[in-house]
Amino acid sequence: MSAKRIGIAEALREGIAEEMRRDPKVFCIGEDIGIPGGWGGAFTVTFGLEKEFASRMVNTPISEAGLFGVALGAALMGMRPIADVQYGDFLFCAMDQVGNQIAKMRYMSGGKLTVPLVMRAPVGVTGRGAQHAQMMEPFFLPLPGIKLLAPATAYDAKGLLKSAVRDGNPVLIFEHKLLYGSKGPRSESGTIDASSEIPEGDYTVPIGKGIVRREGTDVTIVATLLMMHRAMEAAALLEQEGISAEVIDPRSLVPFDWDLVKSSVAKTNRVVIVEESPKRGGLGAEVAATLAEEMLDFLVAPVKRVAAPVTPAPFSPPMEKFYVPDARRIVLEVRELMRIS
Amino acid sequence: MTAHSHDREWLLGLYRKMVLLREFEERVKLLFLEGTMPGTIHQYQGQEACGVGVCAALQPGDVITSTHRPHGHALARGLTPDEVMAELFGKVTGCCKGKGGSMHMGDLSKGMVPAIAIVGGGLPVAAGMALAFKMNSEKRIAVSFMGDGATNEGIFHEALNMAAIWDLPVLYVVENNLYAASTPVAMTVKVPHIADRAAAYGMPGRTIDGNDVLAVYEATMEAAEGARNGKGPTLLELMTYRITGHSRRDPALYQPDEEKKQALAKEPIGRFGKKLIAEGHCRQSDLDAVRSEVKAEVQTSVERALAAPEPRPEDALEDMFV
Repeated sequence: MSAKRIGIAEALREGIAEEMRRDPKVFCIGEDIGIPGGWGGAFTVTFGLEKEFASRMVNTPISEAGLFGVALGAALMGMRPIADVQYGDFLFCAMDQVGNQIAKMRYMSGGKLTVPLVMRAPVGVTGRGAQHAQMMEPFFLPLPGIKLLAPATAYDAKGLLKSAVRDGNPVLIFEHKLLYGSKGPRSESGTIDASSEIPEGDYTVPIGKGIVRREGTDVTIVATLLMMHRAMEAAALLEQEGISAEVIDPRSLVPFDWDLVKSSVAKTNRVVIVEESPKRGGLGAEVAATLAEEMLDFLVAPVKRVAAPVTPAPFSPPMEKFYVPDARRIVLEVRELMRIS
Repeated sequence: MTAHSHDREWLLGLYRKMVLLREFEERVKLLFLEGTMPGTIHQYQGQEACGVGVCAALQPGDVITSTHRPHGHALARGLTPDEVMAELFGKVTGCCKGKGGSMHMGDLSKGMVPAIAIVGGGLPVAAGMALAFKMNSEKRIAVSFMGDGATNEGIFHEALNMAAIWDLPVLYVVENNLYAASTPVAMTVKVPHIADRAAAYGMPGRTIDGNDVLAVYEATMEAAEGARNGKGPTLLELMTYRITGHSRRDPALYQPDEEKKQALAKEPIGRFGKKLIAEGHCRQSDLDAVRSEVKAEVQTSVERALAAPEPRPEDALEDMFV
């Protein structure tokens, strides 16, 4: 079997098409999808799928709450919708349907109902100011009832998408705009190469399993999406200074692979969590609190967070560069950790 | 509308169902006020002809969404008094094993989505169920109950528009009881009839006497027939009146006495009973017998619910994911 190298947008497109071929109950619903001559969603993920699946590409009015509610209703009747928003920021418009209905329907029914519903949301601080460029994960972390995924590579994006479609529960996938590798008029400046060798044929990536992206012994760096790539850059720089950093990409935020993070921290005794979102109340806070509860004896230094400031995302490029954590900031934080311990 | 074109047993069945909804709610009110029943309640007294008339027009495969005021819809759709009463008491024998309670009761296997207590929240969900029926070429329909207040939610616009552009087999049923909680509808709606709003979506809208169970039934049958045959959604506005508080201990002081008096004269059960007698379908003693039977049935449901086991506290951790 031969493999080919493609980016996240194309890998997701392949994954969606394969799942739609496998199961006639799978369909896409979203804004600006399925239009011949159109975009295939805001970032080309569903580009061209209308040629094969015209009746299963449900293009909606600009009605985010409505479309997520419609997806829920269809899921309750046994369909398997893949619903997407153009920008993750618009999930706020849909929040009653996502937070009150989709997340709670199975529980309220006493476990009688299933909600096999995949949601996709582009995130990432990317030159658009405050309302088209925020990280949405922290708003969903405390919400019971939805699984949260954050693929940083094309291989994981396709494999996790397939797992999500087959999961049978509400699953929300955060996708990073700078990692899509979208082509043509919808391409993104400042794109990072997140492409992977994609094997021929069917494969899945399990939900709830993280991965060690780089092994190390001195410090554990936990990071997802774009920050995982920044952490890898930082780890390469640190190696030149003789510091061995282990980079962990959780890939799933809910459920979270605590075993992987804990076993790494047990080895390195130091941990830095890198987040593109504001520092307050995010994944870093959750990881730090859990390690403080359960791993204090293993830590030789404080848990550190490298995160965005607690402000909206600014527009102007110099301010945006200041706002988003980069490899340099991760290196500085790790150096400081090594100095004090 | 006369009752002559309908079978006597069917007519008495409608009457019996409305009495069940009323007696059930009256018993629940007592249980709540005496402190026996946990939680909060939003009750259906006075609106029985809406739920019963609409649900009488549905087929077994059809589905409804309900609201924060769902007890009547649940019983009208065919959930048993036992499973509804047990759910109100939070017992494991309840229709949602005690995880739903008053505001989230339902059972999809009987055609009712667990009630959605966020005002307007069920509207797009009903459209989505209807979309599934359409994609699968099934002749089923979805019905979304709402109060007049829901028609001022943004989701009303999103859901009705999508239902209309896709010709979905869904009925939007507004039970206009003249008050959104304590706020009179005249303070929040400019058009004379909420049904007028349907025009904005290219959808038929009708205002019906929601205290006339046969009128509600006939209007629903007609709209359902259209929906089943590809003609798309309808907005039905059922004019009714809540002859109890909005919730819990609300004495409804905002309802003027004269208005209340007129509403009581038009309440649906007494009115339908008089019609059945006047048209020779039954005698008062038949109706009295129905009420006694129903009261006994409700009393049995209370006794069974009280005797049913409580959930284990740690059952709270179950039913998250498949």
